[in-house]
Amino acid sequence: MLTESRKGAIEPPRDLWETKKNGLVIIECPQRIPCNPCHTSCPTGAVKPFSDINDQPSIDYEKCTGCARCVAVCPGLACVVVDLTWGGDKDALMKLPYEMLPMPEEGATVDCLNRVGEPVSKGKVIKVTEPMHDKTHVVHVEVPKDKVMDIRAIRVVK
Amino acid sequence: MVIGGGPAGLSAAIEAATSGCEVTLVDSDLALGGQLIKQTHKFFGSKDERAGTRGFKIAETLMEELEANKDRVTIHSNCTATGFYAEDGVVSCVHGEDDYFRIKPTRIIMATGAQERLLPFPNNHLPGVYGAGAVQTLMNVYGVVPGKKVLMVGAGNIGLIVSYQLMQAGVQVVGIVEAMDKIGGYWVHAAKVRRMGVPIYLRHTVKEALGDKIVTGAVIQEIDDKFQPTGAEVNIDVDVICMAVGLTPTCELLWQAGCQMAFVPQLCGYVAQRDKHMRTSNDDIWVAGDAAGIEEASSAMVEGRIAGLGVAKSLGKIDSGEYSKRLAEFARRLADLRGGEVGAKICQGIACCTVNEWGV
Repeated sequence: MLTESRKGAIEPPRDLWETKKNGLVIIECPQRIPCNPCHTSCPTGAVKPFSDINDQPSIDYEKCTGCARCVAVCPGLACVVVDLTWGGDKDALMKLPYEMLPMPEEGATVDCLNRVGEPVSKGKVIKVTEPMHDKTHVVHVEVPKDKVMDIRAIRVVK
Repeated sequence: MVIGGGPAGLSAAIEAATSGCEVTLVDSDLALGGQLIKQTHKFFGSKDERAGTRGFKIAETLMEELEANKDRVTIHSNCTATGFYAEDGVVSCVHGEDDYFRIKPTRIIMATGAQERLLPFPNNHLPGVYGAGAVQTLMNVYGVVPGKKVLMVGAGNIGLIVSYQLMQAGVQVVGIVEAMDKIGGYWVHAAKVRRMGVPIYLRHTVKEALGDKIVTGAVIQEIDDKFQPTGAEVNIDVDVICMAVGLTPTCELLWQAGCQMAFVPQLCGYVAQRDKHMRTSNDDIWVAGDAAGIEEASSAMVEGRIAGLGVAKSLGKIDSGEYSKRLAEFARRLADLRGGEVGAKICQGIACCTVNEWGV
Protein backbone atom coordinates (compact mmCIF):
# COMPACT_ATOMS: atom_id res chain seq x y z
CA MET A 1 0.00 0.00 0.00
CA LEU A 2 2.76 2.42 0.85
CA THR A 3 5.82 3.36 -1.07
CA GLU A 4 8.15 2.14 1.65
CA SER A 5 7.17 -1.45 0.99
CA ARG A 6 9.17 -1.65 -2.24
CA LYS A 7 12.79 -2.52 -1.98
CA GLY A 8 15.42 -0.39 -3.58
CA ALA A 9 17.51 1.04 -0.79
CA ILE A 10 20.97 -0.29 -1.42
CA GLU A 11 23.53 0.59 1.20
CA PRO A 12 27.06 1.38 0.10
CA PRO A 13 29.74 -1.12 1.18
CA ARG A 14 30.23 -0.50 4.89
CA ASP A 15 34.03 -0.36 5.05
CA LEU A 16 34.38 2.20 2.31
CA TRP A 17 31.39 4.15 3.53
CA GLU A 18 32.78 4.61 7.03
CA THR A 19 36.04 6.03 5.78
CA LYS A 20 35.01 8.00 2.70
CA LYS A 21 35.20 11.67 3.48
CA ASN A 22 32.39 13.75 1.98
CA GLY A 23 30.14 10.67 1.84
CA LEU A 24 28.63 8.29 -0.68
CA VAL A 25 25.42 8.40 -2.63
CA ILE A 26 22.34 6.27 -2.02
CA ILE A 27 19.84 6.16 -4.90
CA GLU A 28 16.35 4.83 -4.20
CA CYS A 29 15.01 4.28 -7.69
CA PRO A 30 13.44 0.80 -7.71
CA GLN A 31 11.36 1.01 -10.89
CA ARG A 32 12.29 0.90 -14.55
CA ILE A 33 11.53 4.38 -15.85
CA PRO A 34 13.07 6.23 -18.80
CA CYS A 35 15.45 8.55 -16.99
CA ASN A 36 19.23 8.92 -16.78
CA PRO A 37 20.33 12.37 -15.51
CA CYS A 38 22.05 10.80 -12.46
CA HIS A 39 24.46 9.14 -14.87
CA THR A 40 24.83 11.98 -17.38
CA SER A 41 25.41 14.59 -14.66
CA CYS A 42 27.88 12.56 -12.60
CA PRO A 43 31.28 14.27 -12.90
CA THR A 44 33.30 11.19 -11.90
CA GLY A 45 31.44 8.38 -13.64
CA ALA A 46 30.36 6.89 -10.32
CA VAL A 47 26.84 6.37 -11.62
CA LYS A 48 27.68 3.77 -14.25
CA PRO A 49 26.61 4.13 -17.89
CA PHE A 50 23.12 2.86 -18.72
CA SER A 51 22.81 0.27 -21.47
CA ASP A 52 19.09 1.16 -21.63
CA ILE A 53 17.73 4.48 -20.41
CA ASN A 54 15.20 2.53 -18.34
CA ASP A 55 17.90 0.79 -16.32
CA GLN A 56 18.07 1.43 -12.62
CA PRO A 57 21.22 3.28 -11.59
CA SER A 58 24.18 1.25 -10.50
CA ILE A 59 27.02 2.84 -8.59
CA ASP A 60 30.78 2.48 -8.53
CA TYR A 61 31.31 3.60 -4.95
CA GLU A 62 35.08 3.89 -5.40
CA LYS A 63 34.46 6.76 -7.79
CA CYS A 64 31.73 8.54 -5.81
CA THR A 65 33.02 11.72 -4.17
CA GLY A 66 29.75 12.64 -2.43
CA CYS A 67 29.54 15.84 -4.48
CA ALA A 68 25.73 15.66 -4.45
CA ARG A 69 25.32 16.85 -8.02
CA CYS A 70 22.92 13.94 -8.65
CA VAL A 71 21.00 14.96 -5.53
CA ALA A 72 20.30 18.30 -7.18
CA VAL A 73 19.67 16.93 -10.66
CA CYS A 74 17.47 13.85 -10.13
CA PRO A 75 13.90 14.65 -11.25
CA GLY A 76 12.62 12.00 -8.85
CA LEU A 77 14.49 13.40 -5.83
CA ALA A 78 15.72 9.86 -5.34
CA CYS A 79 19.38 10.56 -4.47
CA VAL A 80 20.85 11.35 -1.06
CA VAL A 81 24.44 11.53 0.05
CA VAL A 82 25.41 10.19 3.47
CA ASP A 83 28.75 11.14 5.01
CA LEU A 84 29.56 8.85 7.94
CA THR A 85 32.93 10.52 8.58
CA TRP A 86 31.32 13.80 9.55
CA GLY A 87 30.90 13.72 13.30
CA GLY A 88 32.61 10.86 15.09
CA ASP A 89 30.56 8.00 16.49
CA LYS A 90 27.35 9.91 16.96
CA ASP A 91 26.59 12.07 13.94
CA ALA A 92 26.51 11.81 10.19
CA LEU A 93 25.97 14.44 7.52
CA MET A 94 23.16 13.95 5.01
CA LYS A 95 22.78 15.94 1.80
CA LEU A 96 19.09 15.94 0.92
CA PRO A 97 17.18 17.51 -1.97
CA TYR A 98 14.72 20.24 -0.96
CA GLU A 99 12.12 22.03 -3.08
CA MET A 100 9.74 23.37 -0.44
CA LEU A 101 9.27 26.62 1.41
CA PRO A 102 10.32 28.03 3.78
CA MET A 103 14.03 27.61 3.14
CA PRO A 104 15.87 26.15 6.12
CA GLU A 105 18.39 28.48 7.70
CA GLU A 106 21.94 27.45 8.43
CA GLY A 107 22.32 26.48 12.06
CA ALA A 108 18.60 25.87 12.51
CA THR A 109 17.14 22.70 13.99
CA VAL A 110 14.78 20.85 11.65
CA ASP A 111 12.60 17.76 11.86
CA CYS A 112 14.06 14.80 10.01
CA LEU A 113 11.37 12.67 8.38
CA ASN A 114 11.37 9.05 7.32
CA ARG A 115 9.96 7.67 4.06
CA VAL A 116 6.38 8.11 5.27
CA GLY A 117 6.82 11.56 6.75
CA GLU A 118 7.16 10.62 10.43
CA PRO A 119 9.69 12.65 12.40
CA VAL A 120 12.45 10.29 13.53
CA SER A 121 14.95 12.79 14.89
CA LYS A 122 16.03 16.39 14.95
CA GLY A 123 18.77 17.58 12.65
CA LYS A 124 21.00 20.64 12.46
CA VAL A 125 21.25 22.49 9.16
CA ILE A 126 24.91 22.92 8.26
CA LYS A 127 24.64 24.38 4.79
CA VAL A 128 22.12 24.99 2.00
CA THR A 129 23.31 25.02 -1.61
CA GLU A 130 21.69 25.30 -5.03
CA PRO A 131 24.16 23.42 -7.25
CA MET A 132 22.32 23.75 -10.56
CA HIS A 133 20.78 27.18 -9.86
CA ASP A 134 17.40 25.73 -10.73
CA LYS A 135 15.53 26.02 -7.42
CA THR A 136 16.32 22.50 -6.27
CA HIS A 137 18.33 23.04 -3.12
CA VAL A 138 20.60 20.59 -1.37
CA VAL A 139 20.36 20.80 2.40
CA HIS A 140 23.32 19.52 4.41
CA VAL A 141 21.98 18.29 7.74
CA GLU A 142 23.73 16.80 10.72
CA VAL A 143 21.73 13.79 11.89
CA PRO A 144 22.14 10.85 14.30
CA LYS A 145 24.30 8.24 12.59
CA ASP A 146 21.93 5.36 13.34
CA LYS A 147 19.08 7.09 11.50
CA VAL A 148 20.69 7.60 8.09
CA MET A 149 18.76 4.73 6.48
CA ASP A 150 15.49 6.11 7.83
CA ILE A 151 15.76 9.83 7.19
CA ARG A 152 14.75 10.90 3.69
CA ALA A 153 13.44 14.45 4.11
CA ILE A 154 13.47 17.44 6.42
CA ARG A 155 10.77 19.78 7.59
CA VAL A 156 11.47 23.31 8.75
CA VAL A 157 10.23 23.84 12.29
CA LYS A 158 8.41 27.12 12.66
CA MET B 1 -1.27 23.61 -40.47
CA VAL B 2 -0.58 22.45 -36.93
CA ILE B 3 -3.57 22.31 -34.61
CA GLY B 4 -2.48 22.56 -31.00
CA GLY B 5 0.54 24.35 -29.56
CA GLY B 6 1.51 21.98 -26.75
CA PRO B 7 4.69 19.90 -26.66
CA ALA B 8 3.69 17.82 -29.70
CA GLY B 9 2.37 20.71 -31.80
CA LEU B 10 5.32 22.98 -31.06
CA SER B 11 7.77 20.21 -31.91
CA ALA B 12 5.88 19.42 -35.12
CA ALA B 13 5.81 23.08 -36.13
CA ILE B 14 9.53 23.47 -35.44
CA GLU B 15 10.43 20.35 -37.39
CA ALA B 16 8.27 21.27 -40.39
CA ALA B 17 9.38 24.91 -40.45
CA THR B 18 13.06 24.01 -40.05
CA SER B 19 12.70 21.77 -43.09
CA GLY B 20 11.31 24.68 -45.09
CA CYS B 21 7.52 24.25 -44.81
CA GLU B 22 5.21 27.23 -44.34
CA VAL B 23 3.46 26.58 -41.03
CA THR B 24 0.26 27.94 -39.51
CA LEU B 25 -0.05 27.03 -35.85
CA VAL B 26 -3.36 27.49 -34.03
CA ASP B 27 -3.81 27.05 -30.30
CA SER B 28 -6.90 27.61 -28.20
CA ASP B 29 -5.02 28.95 -25.19
CA LEU B 30 -3.81 32.49 -24.60
CA ALA B 31 -0.18 31.36 -24.55
CA LEU B 32 1.50 28.54 -26.45
CA GLY B 33 3.06 25.62 -24.63
CA GLY B 34 0.04 23.53 -23.68
CA GLN B 35 0.43 21.74 -20.37
CA LEU B 36 4.17 22.44 -20.31
CA ILE B 37 3.71 25.98 -19.04
CA LYS B 38 2.17 24.71 -15.81
CA GLN B 39 4.63 21.94 -15.22
CA THR B 40 7.01 23.11 -12.53
CA HIS B 41 8.53 19.68 -11.95
CA LYS B 42 11.63 18.35 -13.64
CA PHE B 43 11.20 15.99 -16.57
CA PHE B 44 12.46 12.47 -16.89
CA GLY B 45 14.03 11.10 -20.05
CA SER B 46 17.46 11.71 -21.47
CA LYS B 47 19.32 14.84 -22.50
CA ASP B 48 17.54 14.69 -25.88
CA GLU B 49 14.25 15.27 -24.09
CA ARG B 50 15.84 17.78 -21.73
CA ALA B 51 15.68 15.52 -18.70
CA GLY B 52 16.15 17.30 -15.40
CA THR B 53 14.62 20.48 -16.83
CA ARG B 54 11.33 21.83 -15.55
CA GLY B 55 8.40 21.68 -17.98
CA PHE B 56 7.86 25.42 -18.29
CA LYS B 57 11.54 25.88 -19.13
CA ILE B 58 11.16 23.31 -21.90
CA ALA B 59 8.25 25.36 -23.27
CA GLU B 60 10.53 28.42 -23.32
CA THR B 61 13.19 26.52 -25.25
CA LEU B 62 10.64 25.28 -27.80
CA MET B 63 9.31 28.82 -28.21
CA GLU B 64 12.83 30.04 -28.96
CA GLU B 65 13.27 27.32 -31.57
CA LEU B 66 10.00 28.33 -33.15
CA GLU B 67 10.99 31.99 -33.03
CA ALA B 68 14.14 31.14 -34.98
CA ASN B 69 11.86 30.06 -37.85
CA LYS B 70 9.42 32.94 -37.57
CA ASP B 71 9.66 33.83 -41.28
CA ARG B 72 7.86 30.60 -42.09
CA VAL B 73 5.53 30.37 -39.09
CA THR B 74 2.19 32.11 -38.49
CA ILE B 75 0.87 31.72 -34.96
CA HIS B 76 -2.76 32.13 -33.92
CA SER B 77 -3.17 31.94 -30.14
CA ASN B 78 -6.55 32.15 -28.41
CA CYS B 79 -7.78 30.45 -31.55
CA THR B 80 -9.81 27.24 -31.64
CA ALA B 81 -10.04 24.96 -34.66
CA THR B 82 -13.77 24.33 -34.53
CA GLY B 83 -14.31 21.97 -37.42
CA PHE B 84 -12.85 20.06 -40.33
CA TYR B 85 -14.85 19.77 -43.54
CA ALA B 86 -13.83 16.59 -45.28
CA GLU B 87 -15.53 17.49 -48.56
CA ASP B 88 -13.16 20.37 -49.31
CA GLY B 89 -10.46 20.06 -46.65
CA VAL B 90 -11.31 23.35 -44.96
CA VAL B 91 -10.61 23.94 -41.28
CA SER B 92 -12.83 26.49 -39.56
CA CYS B 93 -11.30 28.48 -36.72
CA VAL B 94 -12.45 31.10 -34.26
CA HIS B 95 -10.20 33.74 -32.79
CA GLY B 96 -11.39 34.78 -29.34
CA GLU B 97 -15.17 34.76 -29.08
CA ASP B 98 -16.53 35.57 -32.53
CA ASP B 99 -13.82 36.18 -35.12
CA TYR B 100 -14.36 33.24 -37.46
CA PHE B 101 -12.10 32.39 -40.38
CA ARG B 102 -11.30 29.45 -42.63
CA ILE B 103 -8.04 27.84 -43.64
CA LYS B 104 -7.43 25.31 -46.37
CA PRO B 105 -4.08 23.76 -45.54
CA THR B 106 -2.35 21.25 -47.79
CA ARG B 107 -1.34 19.14 -44.79
CA ILE B 108 -2.58 19.03 -41.20
CA ILE B 109 -0.91 17.85 -38.02
CA MET B 110 -3.47 17.19 -35.30
CA ALA B 111 -1.80 17.80 -31.96
CA THR B 112 -4.98 18.56 -30.07
CA GLY B 113 -3.91 16.99 -26.79
CA ALA B 114 -6.26 15.53 -24.24
CA GLN B 115 -9.25 16.19 -22.07
CA GLU B 116 -9.52 15.39 -18.40
CA ARG B 117 -11.86 12.74 -17.17
CA LEU B 118 -14.00 13.57 -14.20
CA LEU B 119 -15.90 11.40 -11.73
CA PRO B 120 -19.61 11.63 -11.13
CA PHE B 121 -20.55 11.87 -7.44
CA PRO B 122 -23.13 13.84 -5.46
CA ASN B 123 -22.29 17.54 -5.14
CA ASN B 124 -19.44 17.42 -7.65
CA HIS B 125 -20.82 20.69 -9.04
CA LEU B 126 -19.80 22.60 -5.92
CA PRO B 127 -17.07 25.22 -6.14
CA GLY B 128 -13.97 23.54 -4.73
CA VAL B 129 -14.24 20.46 -6.94
CA TYR B 130 -11.50 20.80 -9.54
CA GLY B 131 -9.76 18.88 -12.27
CA ALA B 132 -6.01 18.63 -11.74
CA GLY B 133 -5.43 20.71 -14.87
CA ALA B 134 -7.40 23.60 -13.42
CA VAL B 135 -5.50 23.41 -10.15
CA GLN B 136 -2.20 23.53 -12.03
CA THR B 137 -3.38 26.45 -14.15
CA LEU B 138 -4.53 28.42 -11.12
CA MET B 139 -1.38 27.77 -9.11
CA ASN B 140 1.37 27.61 -11.64
CA VAL B 141 0.18 30.00 -14.34
CA TYR B 142 -1.75 32.56 -12.29
CA GLY B 143 -0.22 32.13 -8.84
CA VAL B 144 -3.53 31.49 -7.08
CA VAL B 145 -3.91 28.67 -4.56
CA PRO B 146 -7.15 26.70 -4.99
CA GLY B 147 -7.82 26.34 -1.25
CA LYS B 148 -6.28 25.29 2.04
CA LYS B 149 -6.86 21.56 2.41
CA VAL B 150 -7.02 19.22 -0.55
CA LEU B 151 -8.20 15.68 -1.16
CA MET B 152 -6.51 14.35 -4.30
CA VAL B 153 -8.39 11.71 -6.26
CA GLY B 154 -6.03 9.52 -8.28
CA ALA B 155 -2.45 8.34 -7.66
CA GLY B 156 -1.24 8.39 -11.23
CA ASN B 157 1.63 10.70 -12.13
CA ILE B 158 -0.64 13.73 -12.44
CA GLY B 159 -2.25 13.19 -9.04
CA LEU B 160 1.14 12.65 -7.41
CA ILE B 161 2.84 15.58 -9.11
CA VAL B 162 0.00 18.02 -8.48
CA SER B 163 -0.09 16.92 -4.83
CA TYR B 164 3.60 17.76 -4.59
CA GLN B 165 3.07 21.11 -6.31
CA LEU B 166 0.21 21.93 -3.91
CA MET B 167 2.55 21.33 -0.98
CA GLN B 168 5.16 23.54 -2.62
CA ALA B 169 2.52 26.26 -2.75
CA GLY B 170 1.88 25.81 0.97
CA VAL B 171 -1.41 23.95 0.57
CA GLN B 172 -2.06 20.94 2.79
CA VAL B 173 -2.77 17.69 0.97
CA VAL B 174 -4.85 15.66 3.42
CA GLY B 175 -4.64 12.46 1.40
CA ILE B 176 -4.70 10.80 -1.97
CA VAL B 177 -7.37 8.22 -2.79
CA GLU B 178 -6.79 5.70 -5.55
CA ALA B 179 -9.39 3.20 -6.77
CA MET B 180 -6.82 0.68 -7.99
CA ASP B 181 -4.85 -1.57 -5.66
CA LYS B 182 -1.56 0.00 -6.64
CA ILE B 183 -0.05 3.39 -7.32
CA GLY B 184 -0.29 4.15 -11.04
CA GLY B 185 2.39 6.83 -11.14
CA TYR B 186 6.14 6.52 -10.85
CA TRP B 187 7.47 5.16 -7.56
CA VAL B 188 9.75 8.16 -7.13
CA HIS B 189 6.85 10.61 -7.47
CA ALA B 190 4.88 8.67 -4.84
CA ALA B 191 7.94 8.59 -2.56
CA LYS B 192 8.20 12.40 -2.75
CA VAL B 193 4.71 12.93 -1.35
CA ARG B 194 4.85 10.01 1.10
CA ARG B 195 7.99 11.35 2.76
CA MET B 196 6.15 14.62 3.31
CA GLY B 197 3.59 12.63 5.27
CA VAL B 198 0.74 12.47 2.75
CA PRO B 199 -1.22 9.19 3.05
CA ILE B 200 -2.16 7.30 -0.11
CA TYR B 201 -5.36 5.29 0.34
CA LEU B 202 -5.44 2.49 -2.21
CA ARG B 203 -8.80 0.94 -3.15
CA HIS B 204 -10.57 4.05 -1.97
CA THR B 205 -12.79 6.46 -3.80
CA VAL B 206 -14.55 9.72 -3.16
CA LYS B 207 -18.23 9.04 -2.51
CA GLU B 208 -19.56 12.56 -2.26
CA ALA B 209 -18.62 16.15 -1.69
CA LEU B 210 -20.03 17.80 1.43
CA GLY B 211 -21.16 21.38 1.59
CA ASP B 212 -23.96 23.73 0.73
CA LYS B 213 -22.52 26.53 -1.37
CA ILE B 214 -18.88 25.42 -1.40
CA VAL B 215 -16.98 22.24 -0.58
CA THR B 216 -16.57 21.82 3.18
CA GLY B 217 -15.59 18.16 3.19
CA ALA B 218 -15.48 14.89 1.37
CA VAL B 219 -16.71 11.39 2.07
CA ILE B 220 -14.28 8.66 1.15
CA GLN B 221 -14.85 4.93 1.23
CA GLU B 222 -12.96 1.72 0.65
CA ILE B 223 -13.97 -0.29 -2.41
CA ASP B 224 -13.49 -3.90 -3.41
CA ASP B 225 -11.88 -5.29 -6.55
CA LYS B 226 -15.14 -4.78 -8.45
CA PHE B 227 -15.12 -1.13 -7.35
CA GLN B 228 -18.12 -1.70 -5.06
CA PRO B 229 -18.12 0.11 -1.70
CA THR B 230 -17.18 -2.14 1.21
CA GLY B 231 -15.73 -0.12 4.05
CA ALA B 232 -17.17 2.51 6.36
CA GLU B 233 -17.76 5.99 5.03
CA VAL B 234 -15.19 8.42 6.37
CA ASN B 235 -15.72 12.16 6.42
CA ILE B 236 -12.66 14.28 5.89
CA ASP B 237 -12.29 17.98 6.34
CA VAL B 238 -11.22 19.60 3.05
CA ASP B 239 -12.17 22.61 0.98
CA VAL B 240 -10.81 21.25 -2.31
CA ILE B 241 -11.42 17.94 -4.07
CA CYS B 242 -8.99 17.62 -6.96
CA MET B 243 -9.62 14.95 -9.58
CA ALA B 244 -6.68 13.42 -11.38
CA VAL B 245 -8.43 10.35 -12.71
CA GLY B 246 -7.00 10.26 -16.17
CA LEU B 247 -7.11 11.86 -19.57
CA THR B 248 -8.66 10.92 -22.86
CA PRO B 249 -7.40 11.93 -26.33
CA THR B 250 -9.07 14.92 -27.97
CA CYS B 251 -10.00 13.54 -31.35
CA GLU B 252 -13.18 15.24 -32.65
CA LEU B 253 -11.41 16.74 -35.66
CA LEU B 254 -9.97 13.34 -36.56
CA TRP B 255 -13.47 11.86 -36.50
CA GLN B 256 -14.72 14.71 -38.66
CA ALA B 257 -11.92 14.06 -41.11
CA GLY B 258 -13.08 10.47 -41.42
CA CYS B 259 -9.79 9.06 -40.20
CA GLN B 260 -9.91 5.39 -39.28
CA MET B 261 -10.21 5.30 -35.50
CA ALA B 262 -9.65 2.59 -32.93
CA PHE B 263 -10.62 2.31 -29.28
CA VAL B 264 -7.43 1.49 -27.42
CA PRO B 265 -7.75 1.23 -23.62
CA GLN B 266 -3.97 1.43 -23.13
CA LEU B 267 -3.98 4.80 -24.89
CA CYS B 268 -7.06 5.90 -22.89
CA GLY B 269 -9.71 6.23 -25.59
CA TYR B 270 -10.34 6.54 -29.29
CA VAL B 271 -7.24 7.29 -31.34
CA ALA B 272 -6.51 7.56 -35.05
CA GLN B 273 -4.92 4.58 -36.73
CA ARG B 274 -1.50 5.66 -37.90
CA ASP B 275 1.59 4.37 -39.64
CA LYS B 276 5.09 4.68 -38.17
CA HIS B 277 5.33 8.16 -39.71
CA MET B 278 2.32 9.24 -37.58
CA ARG B 279 0.26 9.60 -40.75
CA THR B 280 -3.45 8.76 -40.45
CA SER B 281 -5.67 7.01 -42.99
CA ASN B 282 -6.29 10.46 -44.48
CA ASP B 283 -3.21 11.11 -46.66
CA ASP B 284 -3.06 14.75 -45.66
CA ILE B 285 -3.43 14.35 -41.91
CA TRP B 286 -0.85 13.41 -39.30
CA VAL B 287 -1.36 13.03 -35.56
CA ALA B 288 0.98 13.51 -32.59
CA GLY B 289 1.07 13.72 -28.82
CA ASP B 290 -1.77 12.95 -26.43
CA ALA B 291 -4.25 13.14 -29.33
CA ALA B 292 -2.55 9.99 -30.59
CA GLY B 293 -2.70 8.30 -27.17
CA ILE B 294 -2.15 9.47 -23.60
CA GLU B 295 1.52 9.46 -22.73
CA GLU B 296 4.28 11.60 -21.28
CA ALA B 297 5.16 14.99 -22.78
CA SER B 298 8.66 13.67 -23.58
CA SER B 299 7.16 11.17 -26.03
CA ALA B 300 4.72 13.78 -27.35
CA MET B 301 7.66 15.98 -28.34
CA VAL B 302 9.30 13.16 -30.27
CA GLU B 303 6.03 12.21 -31.98
CA GLY B 304 5.61 15.85 -32.96
CA ARG B 305 9.06 15.80 -34.54
CA ILE B 306 8.15 12.66 -36.49
CA ALA B 307 4.88 14.17 -37.76
CA GLY B 308 6.56 17.47 -38.72
CA LEU B 309 9.28 15.58 -40.51
CA GLY B 310 6.72 13.40 -42.30
CA VAL B 311 4.86 16.43 -43.57
CA ALA B 312 8.10 17.98 -44.81
CA LYS B 313 8.92 14.78 -46.65
CA SER B 314 5.47 14.59 -48.25
CA LEU B 315 5.89 18.16 -49.50
CA GLY B 316 9.26 17.33 -51.01
CA LYS B 317 11.17 19.56 -48.58
CA ILE B 318 13.64 16.86 -47.57
CA ASP B 319 15.06 13.89 -49.43
CA SER B 320 14.45 10.26 -48.57
CA GLY B 321 17.93 9.63 -47.21
CA GLU B 322 17.79 12.50 -44.75
CA TYR B 323 14.24 11.54 -43.82
CA SER B 324 15.07 7.93 -43.07
CA LYS B 325 18.07 8.92 -41.00
CA ARG B 326 16.13 11.37 -38.84
CA LEU B 327 13.12 9.08 -38.55
CA ALA B 328 15.33 6.26 -37.31
CA GLU B 329 16.82 8.56 -34.68
CA PHE B 330 13.37 9.68 -33.46
CA ALA B 331 12.11 6.09 -33.47
CA ARG B 332 15.07 5.06 -31.33
CA ARG B 333 14.33 7.84 -28.83
CA LEU B 334 10.67 6.81 -28.62
CA ALA B 335 11.63 3.18 -28.09
CA ASP B 336 13.94 4.26 -25.26
CA LEU B 337 11.25 6.36 -23.61
CA ARG B 338 8.80 3.47 -23.85
CA GLY B 339 11.18 0.80 -22.57
CA GLY B 340 10.15 0.97 -18.90
CA GLU B 341 7.30 -0.52 -16.87
CA VAL B 342 4.77 2.09 -17.92
CA GLY B 343 6.02 2.12 -21.49
CA ALA B 344 5.22 -1.56 -21.96
CA LYS B 345 1.50 -0.80 -21.73
CA ILE B 346 1.87 2.11 -24.17
CA CYS B 347 3.65 -0.16 -26.66
CA GLN B 348 0.82 -2.70 -26.48
CA GLY B 349 -1.65 0.07 -27.21
CA ILE B 350 0.34 1.47 -30.10
CA ALA B 351 0.60 -1.98 -31.64
CA CYS B 352 -3.23 -2.06 -31.69
CA CYS B 353 -3.55 1.08 -33.82
CA THR B 354 -0.44 1.08 -36.02
CA VAL B 355 -0.59 -0.10 -39.62
CA ASN B 356 2.47 -1.12 -41.59
CA GLU B 357 1.87 1.09 -44.60
CA TRP B 358 -1.23 2.83 -45.84
CA GLY B 359 -2.13 1.64 -49.34
CA VAL B 360 -0.56 4.52 -51.21
